[in-house]
Amino acid sequence: MQNFVARAMVLIAFVAISAVAYAQSSDTKEHKGLPPICQGEANRFNCASATIDGQSDAPAVDAWGRSVAPPAKRAKSAPAARHDLSGIWQVDGVDEFGFRGILGIFGAPALPSDGYPDHEPPYTKEGLEAYHRHKPVFGVDAVPAAQSNDPVKSCDPPGFPRSDLHSLSTMQILQTPVQMVVLYARYKNWRMIWADGRELPQDPDPTWDGYSVGKWVDDTTFVVQSNGTDERTWLDNAGRPHSDALRVEERFHRVDRDHMELTVTLNDPKMYARPWVALDKQPFRLMPADFAMSETRCSPSEMAAYDSLVSAPISK
Amino acid sequence: MKRFGFLIASFVFLLAPAPLLAHHGNAAYDATKEITVNGVVTEWIVANPHSLLKFDVTDDKGSVTHWIVESGAASVNQARGVRLTRQLLKPGDKVTVTLMPAKNGQPVGRIHRLVLPDGRLMVNDLP
Repeated sequence: MQNFVARAMVLIAFVAISAVAYAQSSDTKEHKGLPPICQGEANRFNCASATIDGQSDAPAVDAWGRSVAPPAKRAKSAPAARHDLSGIWQVDGVDEFGFRGILGIFGAPALPSDGYPDHEPPYTKEGLEAYHRHKPVFGVDAVPAAQSNDPVKSCDPPGFPRSDLHSLSTMQILQTPVQMVVLYARYKNWRMIWADGRELPQDPDPTWDGYSVGKWVDDTTFVVQSNGTDERTWLDNAGRPHSDALRVEERFHRVDRDHMELTVTLNDPKMYARPWVALDKQPFRLMPADFAMSETRCSPSEMAAYDSLVSAPISK
Repeated sequence: MKRFGFLIASFVFLLAPAPLLAHHGNAAYDATKEITVNGVVTEWIVANPHSLLKFDVTDDKGSVTHWIVESGAASVNQARGVRLTRQLLKPGDKVTVTLMPAKNGQPVGRIHRLVLPDGRLMVNDLP
């Protein structure tokens, strides 16, 4: 009998560990239907698909109010040019929350803070403590804006890689023989990726956007390594933290002339037990060359007006 | 052994996700309620992070409530095909606003739908 109990306990432990290992190995596990953060009466307005029936795909207008023709259905794109990422890139498709053309409202798109336990990043003890010190306005641990300590609330720069993961919609890439310059529409923010063969700094002096170097690994894939991001920045809207040990890999893959995919992998052994994918082959589509990106500044005076008119009255 | 301890901790974590689900993105608003009011615009502020609409609602007894409601950022709505411009609304315009109210009962809310004076419908579906 004792032997049976011991065997049963071993079996239960094995099944439990296997289940955990499985859950941890599948960052991008598919879930059906709306995520928990959209479910139930109290959460119904978190998600676009829960708010509007048959959300329309109306033609967009650009920042000059000029209408933009939607991409032709089933039109075949020309092949990608060799070693060329230049263009204006718009997030393509609809995310799991029903939002079209914008990503990362609830945190890193591949592991959003949406209530699925397997979408929690693999925090270390230090990482979880740092996360709990953060008070985000989005995700499962969201607080009212007046109680948030999100650095962008005071118009601090989002920094990198938050620029890739925070409400991402449109970015323009400019290319020179030695640089890739990324212009993010959000916050009118830009960063420089050096493509002249240099190495990352060994002991970087931290900056908001860190240091980035990239190289072509084949005709259409540009791989970027980054370090040196200031620890005050968050990884995403949901308040995921990082340390000075953070290393980021971005893979920009131009599928054809009109389409690009971006994968972002984060490696921060102080905060996370293993590297995790924050953006997984996220599709982008090429916008017309005359598309004017919108101005999304963080204006301290407008932010102060919002705080006094809206945040403060409803925070108590 | 350290790794094993981590796995057990993770397992306990997986068994107890409930507290994680208790919050939502519109933390200061009551997402279980949606109300529709008719009012007269007093000010329309196109701004980041959210455009703001101030309007007055007069009840049957003649008392006036000064409402302020937030929309999405101007740029976000542009990207989504709804263009918020300074010309969209002016003081004196009559509007019908469907909004999610604040939990604490203040006349503050988040716009879900706005019927413009010309009858066009503006929808805001970002949290």
